[in-house]
Amino acid sequence: MSDLITNGRGLSLVPKSDVALGMKDFKSDQEVRWCPGCGDYAILAAVQSFVPELGLKRENMVFVSGIGCSSRFPYYMNTYGFHSIHGRAPAIATGLAASRPDLSVWVITGDGDSLSIGGNHLIHALRRNVNLNILLFNNRIYGLTKGQYSPTSEVGKVTKSTPMGSLDKPFNPVSLALGAEASFVARTIDSDRKHLQSVLRQAAEHRGTSLVEIYQNCNIFNDGAFDQLKDPAQRDEITLRLEHGQPIVSATKAVRRSADGGIEVVARSEVREEEILVHDAHRADPTLAFALSRLDEPAFEHVPIGVFRNVDRPSYDELMAAQLEEATAQRGAGDLDELLLAGDTWRIG
Amino acid sequence: MTKQVQQLDRVIIRFAGDSGDGMQLTGDRFTAGTAEFGNDLSTLPNFPAEIRAPAGTLPGVSSFQLHFADHDILTPGDAPNVLVAMNPAALKANLSDLPRGGDIIANTDEFTKRNLQKVGYTANPLEDDSLAEWRVHAVPLTSLTVKALEGFDLSKKDAERSKNMFALGLLSWLYHRPTEATIQFLETKFAKKPDIAKANIAAFQAGWNYGETTESFSVSYEVKPAKLAPGVYRNISGNQALAYGLIAASVRSGLPLFLGSYPITPASDILHELSKHKRFGIRTFQAEDEIAGVGAALGAAFGGALGVTTTSGPGVALKAETVGLAVTTELPLVVVDVQRAGPSTGMPTKTEQTDLLMAMYGRNGESPVPIVAPATPSDCFDAAVEAARIAVKYRTPVMLLSDGYLANGSEPWKVPSAAELPDISVDFATAPNGEDGTTFLPFARDPETLARPWAIPGTAGLEHRIGGIEKADGTGNISYDPNNHDKMVRLRQAKIDGIAADIPALEVDDPDGDARVLVLGWGSTYGPIAAAVRRIRKSGGKVAQAHLRHLNPLPANTGEVLRSYDKVLLPEINLGQLALLLRARFLVDVISYNRVRGLPFKAEELASVIQDVIDSE
Repeated sequence: MSDLITNGRGLSLVPKSDVALGMKDFKSDQEVRWCPGCGDYAILAAVQSFVPELGLKRENMVFVSGIGCSSRFPYYMNTYGFHSIHGRAPAIATGLAASRPDLSVWVITGDGDSLSIGGNHLIHALRRNVNLNILLFNNRIYGLTKGQYSPTSEVGKVTKSTPMGSLDKPFNPVSLALGAEASFVARTIDSDRKHLQSVLRQAAEHRGTSLVEIYQNCNIFNDGAFDQLKDPAQRDEITLRLEHGQPIVSATKAVRRSADGGIEVVARSEVREEEILVHDAHRADPTLAFALSRLDEPAFEHVPIGVFRNVDRPSYDELMAAQLEEATAQRGAGDLDELLLAGDTWRIG
Repeated sequence: MTKQVQQLDRVIIRFAGDSGDGMQLTGDRFTAGTAEFGNDLSTLPNFPAEIRAPAGTLPGVSSFQLHFADHDILTPGDAPNVLVAMNPAALKANLSDLPRGGDIIANTDEFTKRNLQKVGYTANPLEDDSLAEWRVHAVPLTSLTVKALEGFDLSKKDAERSKNMFALGLLSWLYHRPTEATIQFLETKFAKKPDIAKANIAAFQAGWNYGETTESFSVSYEVKPAKLAPGVYRNISGNQALAYGLIAASVRSGLPLFLGSYPITPASDILHELSKHKRFGIRTFQAEDEIAGVGAALGAAFGGALGVTTTSGPGVALKAETVGLAVTTELPLVVVDVQRAGPSTGMPTKTEQTDLLMAMYGRNGESPVPIVAPATPSDCFDAAVEAARIAVKYRTPVMLLSDGYLANGSEPWKVPSAAELPDISVDFATAPNGEDGTTFLPFARDPETLARPWAIPGTAGLEHRIGGIEKADGTGNISYDPNNHDKMVRLRQAKIDGIAADIPALEVDDPDGDARVLVLGWGSTYGPIAAAVRRIRKSGGKVAQAHLRHLNPLPANTGEVLRSYDKVLLPEINLGQLALLLRARFLVDVISYNRVRGLPFKAEELASVIQDVIDSE
């Protein structure tokens, strides 16, 4: 097991602020217009209060979003921001991050934006390991279009567009990201600011794509979707906290290897301490992380939260820059006149 | 035996064979020799979309036409004088284009019973009198090549593969082409396989020697070098010129080039070319799809790069929403559309001018975009620089409409020096522009160009948010105010319309100033139209010619030009798209001539159309 906590390069190329910044420095002058009680408020506040501690120059932070309720987020951050079009934020952010290694680029997206219309861009950003922090606000519903089921809605979801219940099996965003071999994959909850910020910190410090699924409540169209995880009576029992190097347990449950080669959740009282699976977020092989991501299936009986995977591999901008440097080192910087006259030429007159 | 040498002022050769016969390479090398010799030239490759259609079949025929002359020429030629047919399919597919009396050089080895049957010949046309009206040179190219390579340690199959070089050698002898460059090319191309290099060179030389000794060819031909303007020349295809133009735009703007692209015929060569030039700081990104290609280019533009995406019609359809985002966020972006025959997949390797209205209007909302169209292969260079100039100066996406004919066609190009290219450098915003001295207004405008400031991330004090939602004038904040929207719609339109003051007037070529008929064109029809106009004038007819490079906005004097002629003829390889725009805008009764065959116009065809219009005066 590696004891490397993060790859440590995440922020090394982003200029540091000369002055200490605070939460107010990251609030824009725009009025926040989500529905009262929306989980997005909590996430916004958590981000605004957490980013100053990164110590980065505010002008080197960019928030890029697609379309949806969550995608209004950039307007509320006093940084550079780009509210783009439905599903395309990872593509737009890829061009920005690939050409500007000095920026800390954040993509704010929702379950419809990133997993339906933008699913293709998401998986390709993950496989390329573009230097992005993708915050996927998962409320399991379409909010801005007023309540249709989403690609993370549970089967049988009754909505305006599915009066007899939805038919589609939902995506598990963490499983999907791990399947695309994302180098950093985590899950957290809007209501747990401390956990949310600790995950965001690790995501920011990771160079490459960090995918953070944030369970977010839509109190208008899908209220209470994550209540089990918030209810003091059952949350400690349900929640399996993933911490690197620590046994994977909830208050009453533990994860261990099963006889068939997989993993299983058992009562803590029935398992010996040394049998409990110890979490290794830096494991190169993503299959165990994938197995962990399946533990909440089919119903929310036990839900892992935290960093599933955090491995080091070169980010896309680094690889791209290296090729440019290599080409220049081999043949010198480009000279336009020389280029235009390369090959067969002839002179007249 | 002393052979007769005949002087010609121009020749059109078509090399035709199976897709696997190496006809494009043969054509390229003959072109290189011709360029080196100093003729003016123009080329037109024609190949199937299938990478390897079944051998010997009609769909598998690939051809390369080259027109070269002792004077300046404008097109690859209407019809060949000489057809090199490497197999029966090549003969059958191309014979109808070869005027009677033309030369056919046929590879007799491939005229086997089986190959003849494949294309529906019941008898060998080389042996009956069906080709009596042409001059047939029956040459066993394959077996002569194999024989010439007997001393080499090669399988028969490998030896046969050099037959295109034998043919090239024969044609090089026939037209007095220099040989050194081809030999050097083969040595370089097969540097890692010296045996193959030697075999190809031997085949090439054997072809030359065959010409000199055989009785099949009693005459060889000379075409004297052309008198072109002094300068250094190279041969260049449209796609290569376009790629070089983009590099030049990057150098002359001081902006790093970011290309987001997805492979598509006939635009992929631009992606390939730019990928080779990373030492210019060029980032090429092969995206997961067309939308990501343009999205990444726009994201890079937000970060201060020269953002470019290259595609063909189907790709433009997919990029439309992102182009609209670029329109409303007012960021520079160059969108290259190498048009091909549509709709839908259409005919990917064939040319068309059918995306003009899509470039003009193919987005939701009022979404004006400047449009630039190159006229010739080498003009793709200047057009790319011009598209980038407009994009960065006016902070707008620009559509660059090339097409398959320009993309793959080639011509000699007088190479410009970097210093003589326009300076298109831009100033990023560096300080707040609000009256209070601390506020930044991302949508305040330059009073002259109406362009907004380009403030890139990393610039302290200018942090701002942009997006697809309507913006309040000046501040850029989200606004649903009805009057603000009306104002912004008009401002965006006025910005694009205002570019008319920053582009050259439409020039008219009317030597005596007394023509009553104007032939107008845009894009790749320039060559055939100009060649047709020359024919009319040569026979004493009067006709004026004008060619539009800027389709949006149009040059300020366009209406005046159109109204100063009795008749305006507008040939287009579509069903009248520019005609529709001109009629709507200027109420001029433009006469359209439209053919949508996936092929360029022929000069003869257009000359006859022009004559008809003149005669109807």
